[in-house]
Amino acid sequence: MRNPLSKTIESIKPSGIRKFFDIVNEMTDAISLGVGEPDFDTPWHIREEGIYSLEKGKTFYTSNAGLKELKVEICKYLNRKFDLNYDFNNEVFVTVGGSEAIDVALRVMIDPGDEVLIPEPCYVSYLPCVQLTYGVPVPIPLQEKNKFKLTKEELLANITDKTKVLVMPFPNNPTGGIMTREDLQEIVDVIIEKDIFVISDEIYSELTYGGKNHVSIASFPGMKERCIVINGFSKSYAMTGWRLGYAAGPEEIISQMIKVHQFAIMCAPTTSQYAAVEALKNGDHDVETMRKAYDQRRRFLLKEFERIGMKCFEPEGAFYMFPSIEKYGLSSEEFATRLLMEEKVAVVPGTAFGDSGEGFLRISYAYSIDNLKIAMERIEKFVKRLEAK
Amino acid sequence: MKDLREDILNVIETNSRISMEELAVRLGADKEQVVDEITAMEKEGVICGYNTLINWDNMDCDKVTALIEIKVTPQRGQGFEKIAERIYKFDEVESVYLMSGGYDLTVFIRGKNMKEISNFVWNKLAPLESVTSTATYFVLKKYKEHGVALVNTAKEDERMLIAP
Repeated sequence: MRNPLSKTIESIKPSGIRKFFDIVNEMTDAISLGVGEPDFDTPWHIREEGIYSLEKGKTFYTSNAGLKELKVEICKYLNRKFDLNYDFNNEVFVTVGGSEAIDVALRVMIDPGDEVLIPEPCYVSYLPCVQLTYGVPVPIPLQEKNKFKLTKEELLANITDKTKVLVMPFPNNPTGGIMTREDLQEIVDVIIEKDIFVISDEIYSELTYGGKNHVSIASFPGMKERCIVINGFSKSYAMTGWRLGYAAGPEEIISQMIKVHQFAIMCAPTTSQYAAVEALKNGDHDVETMRKAYDQRRRFLLKEFERIGMKCFEPEGAFYMFPSIEKYGLSSEEFATRLLMEEKVAVVPGTAFGDSGEGFLRISYAYSIDNLKIAMERIEKFVKRLEAK
Repeated sequence: MKDLREDILNVIETNSRISMEELAVRLGADKEQVVDEITAMEKEGVICGYNTLINWDNMDCDKVTALIEIKVTPQRGQGFEKIAERIYKFDEVESVYLMSGGYDLTVFIRGKNMKEISNFVWNKLAPLESVTSTATYFVLKKYKEHGVALVNTAKEDERMLIAP
């Protein structure tokens, strides 16, 4: 029999920490700080609206781009939150989570051989999605000393005449780093001068702390036309399982993205779309309540890491801490595996998010304070043991 | 300052046992500042007490709660204050609210059993001079109180242990 698999798919490495995931998922008695999704249930009024849509028999496809009412609400939201102006008619469409939007954006923008700049550590899907388009992923390792921001120098050093797209994953999973208006201004100038495009994954845009509201790179003059903004409902409204996101950008790109979406997906889940309308209309309060809860946990964990002597930069976004474990002389994967075996605490090694994550752990604080307390006691025991040796 | 106060109240409303150290860390404030604000709010009558939320149904003891709608004749110069006071001073009375709508006062009463509550209504409340009528409803089951669901509260974390 011939090999059923394509050379492309065989060239894509499975997630490097697959083995680790398998071990963890068998240890049912472990305490986990390893999850990249909110611990809150979707607010009831949003769930209730989904239920109501089912009762009314709203069980058919929507138009490919999504419910008109939802697209209108998305555009209003992007305007009131980030000062972005999109036409609901042809500059936005609804996707199956932010993940689909990432995949489709790359597919419509990348030709074989085009280079895509990916600041790392970052979410796991950008790199393989680039490979699936026969593009060339170019990781840019970000530095802890820069608070894991992308600097102008780092960007310039990686641009070649083949560079077409820059992925902007901020607020960042796994580091918690953000880009402020000043940080963005520096790189915006480079992007325009070098004529490259941006896929801005802003899924954590509602989760920033210390009074630093998220700034969308698409809001800078001259950027809207070269930027695809990706956002969704998973993190801000605790709606991961509903699988709903969206992309906004210039009609020229969005219309092609809808074409791919139309052939591959048809439309995003109808029930989720009805629920999402309610989220955007009446969910601001929920977002704020959850953000405050995350912020309290963030402050609590920062203090805890300081107390037990683990170095950790102060994250200003998402719901992750990214402490350094360099001083313990173990690799990220060794540290995480031993922590799991010896203290039954599951965290994700930094290397799951790119090679530059070596020497770090991703700690999620999408857990109750009580849960965090127990986990930190165990982590403390573990590092004290390492230090004693 | 108003923000800090609100943040403090939001936390202690559901967890009054939190230590001042932890509260300060979580709110990004100094411990002294938090203690001062709480003391001030106690003095100003913003914080009126620290109760424990108990589901008495799960205790093996007799407790019955009733809601009573009361119509009263307001008194000249006193409005509803005087009659409300006469009612809330009874130990049996848990809460008293002045209402808009078809009747005037809502009163929650707790007693050992239905008989005790009936006696109280007939002997103490109904005969009050300005009370013109009462309607008593017994609580059969409490599902939620002070924002906390009292039934089926335990929920397993159904998320995967690790997810990117």
